[in-house]
Amino acid sequence: MNHQKLIVSLSPHVYAPASVRCIMMDVLIALTPALLWSIYVFGINALRVTLLGVASCVVFEYLLQRYVLKIQPTVDDGSAAVTGLLLAFNLPSNIPSWMIILGCFFAIAVAKLTFGGLGNNPFNPALVGRVFLFVSFPVAMTSWPIPLTNRFQFIDAMTQATPLSIVKEGLKNRIPVVDLMAKIPNYFDLFIGNRAGCIGEISVLLLFLGGLYLLYRKVISWQIPVSMIGAIFAFSGILWMIDPSAYMTPLFQILTGGVFLGAIFMATDMVTSPMMPWGMIIFGAFIGILTVIIRVFGAYPEGVSFAILIMNAFVPLIDKLTKPRKYGKVKNV
Amino acid sequence: MKIFNGLASFPRGGVHPQELKLSANRPIEFLSPPRIVTIPVSQHFGAPAKPIVKVGDKVKIGQVIAEANGFVSTHIHATVSGTVTKIEMCMDMSGYKRLAIILNAEGEEWLEGIDLSRTLKAEIILTGPQIIKKVQQDGLVGLGGATFPLHVKLSPPQGKHADVLLINGVECEPYLTADHRLMLEKGPEIIVGIQILMKALNVSKAMIGIEANKTDAIDHLSKLTKDTPGIKVVTLKVKYPQGAEKQLIEAIIKRQVPIGGLPIDVGCVVQNIGTAFAVYESIQKNKPLVERVVTVAGESLNRSSNFLVRIGTPVSYLIEVAGGLPEDTGKIIGGGPMMGKALNTPEVPVVKGTSGILVLPRMYAKRDPVLPCIRCARCVSHCPLGLEPYLLMNLVEKGMSEEADREAIMNCCECGSCAYVCPAKRPLLDSIRLGKSFIAQQRKEKAKT
Repeated sequence: MNHQKLIVSLSPHVYAPASVRCIMMDVLIALTPALLWSIYVFGINALRVTLLGVASCVVFEYLLQRYVLKIQPTVDDGSAAVTGLLLAFNLPSNIPSWMIILGCFFAIAVAKLTFGGLGNNPFNPALVGRVFLFVSFPVAMTSWPIPLTNRFQFIDAMTQATPLSIVKEGLKNRIPVVDLMAKIPNYFDLFIGNRAGCIGEISVLLLFLGGLYLLYRKVISWQIPVSMIGAIFAFSGILWMIDPSAYMTPLFQILTGGVFLGAIFMATDMVTSPMMPWGMIIFGAFIGILTVIIRVFGAYPEGVSFAILIMNAFVPLIDKLTKPRKYGKVKNV
Repeated sequence: MKIFNGLASFPRGGVHPQELKLSANRPIEFLSPPRIVTIPVSQHFGAPAKPIVKVGDKVKIGQVIAEANGFVSTHIHATVSGTVTKIEMCMDMSGYKRLAIILNAEGEEWLEGIDLSRTLKAEIILTGPQIIKKVQQDGLVGLGGATFPLHVKLSPPQGKHADVLLINGVECEPYLTADHRLMLEKGPEIIVGIQILMKALNVSKAMIGIEANKTDAIDHLSKLTKDTPGIKVVTLKVKYPQGAEKQLIEAIIKRQVPIGGLPIDVGCVVQNIGTAFAVYESIQKNKPLVERVVTVAGESLNRSSNFLVRIGTPVSYLIEVAGGLPEDTGKIIGGGPMMGKALNTPEVPVVKGTSGILVLPRMYAKRDPVLPCIRCARCVSHCPLGLEPYLLMNLVEKGMSEEADREAIMNCCECGSCAYVCPAKRPLLDSIRLGKSFIAQQRKEKAKT
């Protein structure tokens, strides 16, 4: 018997059929319906933004790891592609190409690799990239093409405001909510995604279906999306009940902006969210509350990205407060 | 997280690997003893036994060849009749060389007074203390794998008392079917064995935990215990590590063993099915522990089987009988795939704690490249003991043993669920073991000074 080639290692000797790449692929699959919808709504420009976003992130990660950090590139784990896709989803469709490339560079180089690469970044890289672009180029980042028009042009001169910015502007000028409601798409259009906005955030329905897929694949758990959307609904609901003429309905608040994209795909990023179920609920709830505060009382019409980034910073603390109960731990010891 | 299907189970964590019980339908086959057996003197938890034979001595089957060295130790018996040819350091399943007695088989001669008949003897004559003494003399240890000397477990420390005996028929490791077959084929004997254990412990209640995937064994033992007072069969959810001592206790009687404590602290003692059968043979048939049932299995193996094997039989001999080592073999494991040990050579002997020999194809035997932790928290949510394996690994890698100790690293039962589920293929359990052995070493040194 030839047993020179026996492999010796410690137990366990069998492993679950799961991998980091598998998780990242699941996220990409879950985002595909929303991507197809955005291409339908915003035309080839959405495709341009997405492809450029994904390609830039992957290429930057490869080049930086290979030639600057001089380590084995890890683009094959799929995380750079996910960052690129999510960043693209957070951009308007007629943003100039060079801005996309710059945002991707910031996301990968500063938000991810500076901290040590996958698993070590405290903040969601795609959101850091988005916020970087947002504060650097506020005009380009808030120029929203009209849905279902000019779908075959790369430069889109016709733009309109998002429902959230219409509301922000209107309320500032003391226009009553009833009049504002006439200017924005109805709830059904908001739900299926017939509205202006970032390319990936518009269709609540398709993002929700993607979320169900991720839940089924156990890539995300229900706690963060439910507590975040629930907190937005509850908090804005309270404000609305106090004064329905000055505050928007809770349904409007959860169907607009990046709530579903943020709740299902951004806040649930494993690396930058808490580990335990209760921690996730706290995390999600605070993102929801912060989102409403920024939208209603802050300077910006939309607050999901800022809220998530702020709560990212609290993740270590939340993890510390919600440690699992150890088996056999005697009370009062 | 709650129990939806109504079956008892431990409440948190756990995994469900592919069951792969390839040999579940293969009756136990008696394996004729090999020409040479290698019997290590350290086959149990505790001090190694002291050899009392010399090279050249003639021995019979069942004769004591090494004596217990202290209370936490047990006798070792000859498993073939013949001549002692060598007493020397031999490789055992741990991969280390340890003292072993090597016998050359000549004929098949049992020690007088051992009852080899198959008739069931149900009447228990010995008293509790006599039973405890007898099982030590017959070299009985826990046969589930931990090999803790049985008489120690049956003698609770002063002031502690068991009120229930739990019998572990879970066999939650993939592939293994030795206990399953034993329950099907030796049911009445096992029930008598349980009654003996109950008498020794002076308890009136015993519960047999069996995973729901062994319906035939559950039906069989339920039928047998219908008229036996105090013994109950409990069906458990198929989930690994349902058969780990702490998890089994929590699943059946909803008690948690305190950190650093023993099952006796919560009033119970856990024994394995195989041990119950060995107890029957020792007490009723005067037969010491010279053989045990071993599952030999593997996808590429010709004949995955359950063998009744003499202690000291080389692993290579078992594999030969099961159809020979397959061409694509990458790993040979002593025990189950979740907790067993990889062997670097099949030329090591079967010992008291060997429940299975697995032959894994090369494609399953290699580990995938390790990626950074992505904080998916699967290790945390699957840990049956509520530990945070990713954190323990970080602490161990940074040499922060005090913090790791505070995070209850020593409570880890090494079930491997964390490493099993990790999508980044991180060697979580390797690091935890390293940390545990380091802390154990530190404690030992502290105790000295």
